[in-house]
Amino acid sequence: MTDRRLLQVEELHVWFELGHGRELHAVQGISFDLAEGERLGLVGESGCGKTTTILALMGLLPGSASVSGRVLLNGEDILAEGEATVAPHRWHDVAMVFQGAMNAFNPVKTVGAQIAEPMELHGISSGRSAMARVRELLEMVGISGSRAGRYPHEFSGGMRQRAAIAMALACDPKVLLADEPTTALDVMVQAQILELLVALTNDLGLAMILVTHDLPVVAQVCGRAAVMYAGEIAETGPTQTLYHDPRHPYTRMLFAATPDLYGDDAVLSIPGVPPRLDREFEGCPFAPRCDSAFSRCAGEHPRLREIDPGHVAACHLNDVAVGAPAR
Amino acid sequence: MTGGEPLLEVDGLVTRYPVPRGIVRTLARAPREHVHAVEGVSFTVGPGEMLALVGESGCGKTTTAQTVMRMVTEDAGSIRFRGREISTLSHRGLRPLRREMQIIYQDPYESLDPRFRVRDTVMEPLRIHSIGSSADREQKVLDALVRAGLTPPDLYIDRFAHELSGGQRQRVAIAAALVLEPKLLVADEPVSMLDVSVRAGILALLDGLRRSGLGILMITHDLSTAAHFADRIAVMYLGRIVEEGPAKDVVRNPQHPYTKALISVVPKRDPRDTMKPQILKGETPNPVHVPSGCRFHPRCPVAVESCTSVDPELRRVKAATSPEHRAACILV
Amino acid sequence: MSASIQAPPVPDPLGAPAAVAPTRRGFMRELLFGSRQTVVGLAVIAFFVVIAVLAPDIVPHSVTQQTGPVYGAPNGHHLLGTDDGGIDMLSEVIYGARVSMLVGFAASVVCMVLGGLVGVLSGYFGGKTDIVLMRITDYFLVIPDVPLMIIAAAIFGRSLLNIIIIIGVIYWTSTARLLRAQVKSLRERVYVQRARSLGAGHSRLIGSHIMPQIAPLIVANTVLTIATAIFAETYISFLGLGDPSAISWGKLIQNSLTGGAVFHSAWWAIIPPGACVTVVILACTMVGQALEDSLNPRLRVGHLSVRRFRMRPFSARIESR
Repeated sequence: MTDRRLLQVEELHVWFELGHGRELHAVQGISFDLAEGERLGLVGESGCGKTTTILALMGLLPGSASVSGRVLLNGEDILAEGEATVAPHRWHDVAMVFQGAMNAFNPVKTVGAQIAEPMELHGISSGRSAMARVRELLEMVGISGSRAGRYPHEFSGGMRQRAAIAMALACDPKVLLADEPTTALDVMVQAQILELLVALTNDLGLAMILVTHDLPVVAQVCGRAAVMYAGEIAETGPTQTLYHDPRHPYTRMLFAATPDLYGDDAVLSIPGVPPRLDREFEGCPFAPRCDSAFSRCAGEHPRLREIDPGHVAACHLNDVAVGAPAR
Repeated sequence: MTGGEPLLEVDGLVTRYPVPRGIVRTLARAPREHVHAVEGVSFTVGPGEMLALVGESGCGKTTTAQTVMRMVTEDAGSIRFRGREISTLSHRGLRPLRREMQIIYQDPYESLDPRFRVRDTVMEPLRIHSIGSSADREQKVLDALVRAGLTPPDLYIDRFAHELSGGQRQRVAIAAALVLEPKLLVADEPVSMLDVSVRAGILALLDGLRRSGLGILMITHDLSTAAHFADRIAVMYLGRIVEEGPAKDVVRNPQHPYTKALISVVPKRDPRDTMKPQILKGETPNPVHVPSGCRFHPRCPVAVESCTSVDPELRRVKAATSPEHRAACILV
Repeated sequence: MSASIQAPPVPDPLGAPAAVAPTRRGFMRELLFGSRQTVVGLAVIAFFVVIAVLAPDIVPHSVTQQTGPVYGAPNGHHLLGTDDGGIDMLSEVIYGARVSMLVGFAASVVCMVLGGLVGVLSGYFGGKTDIVLMRITDYFLVIPDVPLMIIAAAIFGRSLLNIIIIIGVIYWTSTARLLRAQVKSLRERVYVQRARSLGAGHSRLIGSHIMPQIAPLIVANTVLTIATAIFAETYISFLGLGDPSAISWGKLIQNSLTGGAVFHSAWWAIIPPGACVTVVILACTMVGQALEDSLNPRLRVGHLSVRRFRMRPFSARIESR
């Protein structure tokens, strides 16, 4: 694993200024890594910091944000000097499909011209060669190259999403960050897009971070996943292990809250609400909602501990004797 | 599970929206085109029963719900509520019936007036129908909040919508629906805008209401949810019900090729459970120009010659384990 | 490349007692006194309203009798000099505030009532009502206002009431259009639909769901219309179509011009009323636009900026963990 690590995120923090001297600690020191060609899922509920995390990797945060931590791309810290060090890598090495990107096309410009635009801005190619590249990109995502001259309204939702993916691929990135790429789509179109993303990562050797709230999507697409809660990573591991042997109650309860087509087990909601991130909290952030919390959880913040190689979880239950795991 | 006479009987419902023609086509007297949103849909919902209308966007499931609620006027067919035809009733004649059928919307961030406190939102139906004295109303509001799982109600009653989480807002919307003690609840994608961890709570609440005798028509795109909570599932495609039956039968023994494909692409929770998804090409066609014959034939993996001309009706499935399991395909 | 994004939502505040409970009153206070622009504008408007109300008590001289020489320059006795009839300019300007403010406020009320009624009905009912009302609006919109004023003044006579009605009738159209668009989109909001599905009648839907939402917009628009109306009154009077018996700022300017103030180099007879008009219009525009800006959510979208986020030293907080 170590030699193939493409992207390493170490102790990433993101704060947002809320005004009146208040701060929102959106990402609270998360670490994970991504191997070449790997598909990693970043799962969590709204407000858990998953989108903020990948925006930070792209160096795309609003002015109210401040960041700390290291993001190593092939061993080079791309966040070291802020914008100065991120800019050369943005789109070239790390590209992103934004949430709702399919609805962000300019209605009065052709899709082809909009895909060519970033290439021209980045001075990769222009004019005739750019259009040739656009056609190539469209073919790559399963759209006939002859449709480059069409306008967004002539594309269906699924095709616009494909075009948005094509746009991200324009500069041959090594890492693709996909933020909820299938959320607004129907199941059938979702299946088509997921199939495309899997095929792209397999064929191009692209590594992908798939950000979603949808556990089954991650289970089917990603080999490994990180479960985020309240700006922290609760558990990271192979998706199979997360499902069959979760070591954080949140992971287990999140799976239990997701109905399965054939599952007969009761679907259980998680009581309570996530903590506010604009104030510091003591202890485990999940403790108030946890069904297995005990005295230690309220006062002591659990650290990520390795359970097996490649499987870490932040739960005090894992410190208890082996006979009583966290499930 | 169905007890006695059905609450809601919908028969041969047709709803079309005219497509705006623009001035040139109007002057040229181009034929007026229609969006065939709902094209002959029939179903029933009994007391204490939950029927899930499942389908992709544009299949007509939401229009069906809106037509049932008489928010949209149908072009043909009948809607009978507790044995009484309501499609011909006037706005005024409908008013007493509005108390008995309530709708819950998809987006709890949109469906509550931002200037209303929880009390005003839940009390509004009582005000509209001039029910009870103000003391009665206050009590009814508190009861409805408790029934919707917002306990203690005092904690919530003076809040504005923006002070509540998505799940809590949806519960307020449900409380506002329950305060009139309806017989039928139409739930239009009640959980799709909510976080995974609170969805189950809302669905369990609806399930509890169903057990207490309410009939529920749930509109959803999520087959997993439907499989878990509904008694029966009706799968819609392009304005038609293509398959209908007990939830377990439809999910475990799908007959219509569309249902089969739809079920195969639902992602499973278990990463090891990798069924080969049967991905259909393209997307649902535009409901303005509906294909001839079976409306699914252009995308159907098993279509035969006669599918282009024969428009199949819903009928009993030969391979079915339940007599109520029906599908609209000439091959089953 | 940038994309619009909203700041991450603060997780549900119900877990803990809400830090700030924004009430409606708090919202209005924030709206009116939140920015320096609105505070200054409101102060200026309030100042002129007070002057107009107290005019008979605070004028230093009579406005009907000659108290000084013709076109007397400003001095200690006549702070703004005198006009062609030897009447004190300061007193006239103070009296002029009365008519200008009255016409401004009254005409914008006429606008609001007419425009509000047409806009709300048109947007709410849609269909044929909308088509008919909007065609009427269009007719009023394309009528050139100055000729209409001249004709109306000629036919109905030159009284203050007529001026108010004429201005109101000319300027209600933009209000109607603005409100129609708002109401049309509000009508489709889910919570209005929900109330409709409950069986709520039109009066309840408009009264309790739609009006409260557009009320702040109406206020903002009224304030902007006041500016337009005061300006319109000024040029109606300047054209000599105003009420001959009323002193208004426009009439003062007209008097000075026809009375040969320029010939006498009597700048004090022209500039003070002109400046008053300018200042009041500016104040109204400042308040109205600030209100409009803060009410229009589209002007408040945050944008992802590529170059502005700050780096904090690495592992700044890890020690505290």
